[in-house]
Amino acid sequence: MEILKSQRESAQKAWDDFSDAGKARVLVGAATCGRAAGALDVMEEFKKELSAAGLSDKVEVVETACIGLCYAEPLVEIRAAGIPPVLYSNVHPKDVSELVKSHIMAGKAVVGKAEAVMVESPYEGIVPFKKHPMMELQKRIVLRNCGVINPSSFEHYLARGGYKGLERAFSMTPEDVIEEMKKSGLRGRGGAGFPTGMKWGFARASKSDEKYIICNADEGDPGAFMDRSVLEGDPHSVIEGLMIAGYAIGAQHAYIYVRSEYPLAIERLRTAIKQAEEAGLLKRKLENGFEFEIKIKKGSGAFVCGEETSLMASIEGVRAMPRPKPPFPANSGLFKKPTNINNVETLAAVSSIMRDGAESYAALGSEKSKGTKTFSLAGKIVRTGLIEVELGIKLGDIINKIGGGCPDGKKFKAVQTGGPSGGCLTSQHFDLPVDYENLGAVGSIVGSGGMVVMNEDSCMVEVAKYFVNFTENESCGKCVPCRMGTQHVHMILEKITSGKGELEDIERLKKIAFTMKQSSLCGLGQTAPNPILTTLRYFEDEYMAHIKEKRCPALVCPGLVTFRVDAEKCTGCTLCERACPTGAISGGPKKPHVIDGEKCISCGACFQTCKFGAISRE
Amino acid sequence: MANGEYEEILKAYAPRRENLVTAFQDIQEKEGYISEGALAAAAEYFSVSKADAYSVVSFYAQFKFKRPGKHTIKVCKGTACHVRGSGSLLAALEERLGIKEGETTPDGLISLERVACLGACALAPAIVVDDKVHARITLAQLEKILKGLQ
Repeated sequence: MEILKSQRESAQKAWDDFSDAGKARVLVGAATCGRAAGALDVMEEFKKELSAAGLSDKVEVVETACIGLCYAEPLVEIRAAGIPPVLYSNVHPKDVSELVKSHIMAGKAVVGKAEAVMVESPYEGIVPFKKHPMMELQKRIVLRNCGVINPSSFEHYLARGGYKGLERAFSMTPEDVIEEMKKSGLRGRGGAGFPTGMKWGFARASKSDEKYIICNADEGDPGAFMDRSVLEGDPHSVIEGLMIAGYAIGAQHAYIYVRSEYPLAIERLRTAIKQAEEAGLLKRKLENGFEFEIKIKKGSGAFVCGEETSLMASIEGVRAMPRPKPPFPANSGLFKKPTNINNVETLAAVSSIMRDGAESYAALGSEKSKGTKTFSLAGKIVRTGLIEVELGIKLGDIINKIGGGCPDGKKFKAVQTGGPSGGCLTSQHFDLPVDYENLGAVGSIVGSGGMVVMNEDSCMVEVAKYFVNFTENESCGKCVPCRMGTQHVHMILEKITSGKGELEDIERLKKIAFTMKQSSLCGLGQTAPNPILTTLRYFEDEYMAHIKEKRCPALVCPGLVTFRVDAEKCTGCTLCERACPTGAISGGPKKPHVIDGEKCISCGACFQTCKFGAISRE
Repeated sequence: MANGEYEEILKAYAPRRENLVTAFQDIQEKEGYISEGALAAAAEYFSVSKADAYSVVSFYAQFKFKRPGKHTIKVCKGTACHVRGSGSLLAALEERLGIKEGETTPDGLISLERVACLGACALAPAIVVDDKVHARITLAQLEKILKGLQ
């Protein structure tokens, strides 16, 4: 495009300067995770230290986004002349002085704090970033820029091949762009996995003088943060994807519907949209006559908005309830106009696919699930964070090689994939290729990509109850199977976890689950039973222990576990006494403590705080 | 807030239905909750009945209808936080503050809320105190945070 030509040159200069490894620079990962871990304080400390050393004008301190190694936050990459760039982990303000003096001023790496070196070969025993255990098996396409560029810099995005996908799309007819998408095999990354090219084809075929495209950034699955990271780390990739999709289906208006719980993502998007407008890409007629505008709509905390008709209702300013389909959004969607909805990750992948061509994307992945998928690793796993892998990778490789297994030598029990609509898988599935077909076959789903790991300390019945409680709260109440089903199932699980369950409850659960799956109006109700059905299938023994023996094997369910102080081991340090929220522990300094069973709510606070292993559970 | 102030906020939007929720978001950001006065002012501005406007805002978890406390503690109940013990954090807070989630202490100092997921799952359990996210919170740290709130 003519308008980008001159901008590309200056962008390249800016990027060359930024990526010059010999130029002293401090890059602080300051996405939501990093900030929560204290990245902004670290950044301030660097500025202070550098100023004290008289280096303020020689060493730039830059904010980047999430590189994915969230467990090691705050992460700081330091570049200086004469030494390869090093990524430091768990950097706290107290470490800053040493890092400045040693790495920047003396050109010597602080090996003890180093996570990886940002070159190809090891340096002083520090592992190269690409060989880092969390990175080695990854294939980064959607996340290519996350944590690498300054997310507030349009120039960085441009210099890294940004908007080349759009330029290539513009050199083709809209129909050919749709064909290209079909060839790439890309499927919707929001959860359902519907082929993107086909979806666009429907919206294209719909005749109307006005069409809409919506980016669903209402990442509602608890335990998932892929879309947040992409929006925070590379907002232009989503904007470019939206423009390509808009061109393909013939839409003029776009909405990005984003969670209000993601303030930083909203801020980055606003900046990026403004930059694209100033660059002349939005809100004006381009050379080929294409004119496009993007608006941000903040969500209001309704999980059901993951369902497309609900999301559109929400934008229209009414209660976000789904409606029966047909008519499909492609024919009658937002404001009754043809509408296409894609997820954040899908659109970010679109930009890459259009830039590099469908073939290279389709060469990745498994037979029916092409390309890569991002996953967020959380829960009881050593390396929590954000990853992107080829579809078809073995589940065990994600958990054990990338994630490093369970911490503290505890035993892996289950991994929940696909959020409240997904299921719990076990170690027997470690050889299972992670793709749409294989996860579906064992009763779970790929979903949006959340993976929450549980170890021997998690009670699977309680986990099922947690998810049902979630879907019960989030059910919009329109259709009976979902509204009543979630309530009844929750009641039954409450009964089982409090030790009052009976064998017939298992059949009741299965029956209600069947009805919900068959007859709920939208995906929320249809998939809500999945966590129950998979835990019943793979952890039936835990249900049985609760029902028959009135015992919680993981010692989690409050009604079935009691806490006791071992007088021999208790040193009378009073830590537990102070931690107990109900004042159930008494004893005083240097005397063995006692727990009052009447007052105890089995919250486990004492168990967590005791440093001498003097609190036992049974 | 006085009526004039609501109008000031509402004026930024064309009086079309699709702007209703966004306008309420702005009002809540300013005032902290949706008061009866706000509901009436917005209903009039958008030419909908008060009942209609209430039916919409009450659908969404984000909106509050009572004045929140000086400080707000949000406990994340996402899956990752849940398996890492956010349940006991919430229980401890409820006991300590003597209120349930969704309530405010009688002295108006602290409101306790739970949120579905903050997206800070990798650093679970997380809580938000007045817009600052605190990661990997333990019961001991919770005590310190509570003491700091005045």
